[in-house]
Amino acid sequence: MSHRPSAGRVTSAKIVIAGGFGVGKTTLVGSVSEITPLTTEAIMTSAGVGVDDNRQVPGKMTTTVAMDFGRISIDRDLILYLFGTPGQTRFWFMWDELVRGAIGAVVMVDTRRLADCFAAIDFFEHRRLPYLIAINCFDGMQYHNAQDVRDALAISSDVPVVSCDARNRESTKNVLISLVEYVLTMRRTRAVAPA
Amino acid sequence: MPERDEPTGALVRPYAVTRGRTRPKLEIALEALVETTVRGRSGMMRGGQGGSEHQYIAEMCDGGRVQSLAEIAARMQLPLGVARVIVADMATDGLVAVYEPTSLDDETDAVGTELLERVLSGLRRL
Repeated sequence: MSHRPSAGRVTSAKIVIAGGFGVGKTTLVGSVSEITPLTTEAIMTSAGVGVDDNRQVPGKMTTTVAMDFGRISIDRDLILYLFGTPGQTRFWFMWDELVRGAIGAVVMVDTRRLADCFAAIDFFEHRRLPYLIAINCFDGMQYHNAQDVRDALAISSDVPVVSCDARNRESTKNVLISLVEYVLTMRRTRAVAPA
Repeated sequence: MPERDEPTGALVRPYAVTRGRTRPKLEIALEALVETTVRGRSGMMRGGQGGSEHQYIAEMCDGGRVQSLAEIAARMQLPLGVARVIVADMATDGLVAVYEPTSLDDETDAVGTELLERVLSGLRRL
């Protein structure tokens, strides 16, 4: 029998899936999700901009940001959500909400467009959210090795760099497992030797 | 007569179902789980008093089918902020229970570590 959580009630957790446009975020989410990925929209209303101003600057009043997400029932009382970040990194207001309370993030990388993930890495480092790099191998081809990518991104040596095929369920599972293992290891290290 | 193709009503309309309120009575996380209570279920039988959105949410989250705020918003095709106001109203009225995610902020906290371990073994079992 599976054990009950200490609090004895249902709870949830989330992992953020980031990366540039077209890198395969929704594909990755869809390959392990028990539901067809859903899309939720958030509206940002620009505070301090009056309705009158909006008449002069059409379309500047609100911005709609869409996020795709999926769901994995870990247990009857524990549900894991995978949230893809909005395509454009300038919508930071949504990123704040996405990272709050998250286990960590998967930063997906297409080695042909490496710079697309820089903003996401900066953001997670700034927010101290643990992340790993997942090189999505399109067509099953890996064009650069992990060390080259690590060097090019100038990331800390303890950040895991893995390769994956976002279309493949087992491959995506392994990416998520690597992330949670990494987070747990960091947590145990810090719990033993607090900064 | 509208001045543009995109009427300014696009701003107002999403929040029409909340009578213009944009501030939720409770902060609810994106991934917080929502479950219909006994009271919410009996309200549903009687036809409900909070409008069709309440009815829809009560049905969606009934019978052990917990749904996150994000799922409710997506399935109702409502912006997240609007869904949050409605769910917070329902929670305040006792029609739904909201289960906030376990906090992982404190790295020495055993509850957070246990949650991560459960997620890990769950992923390995998938």
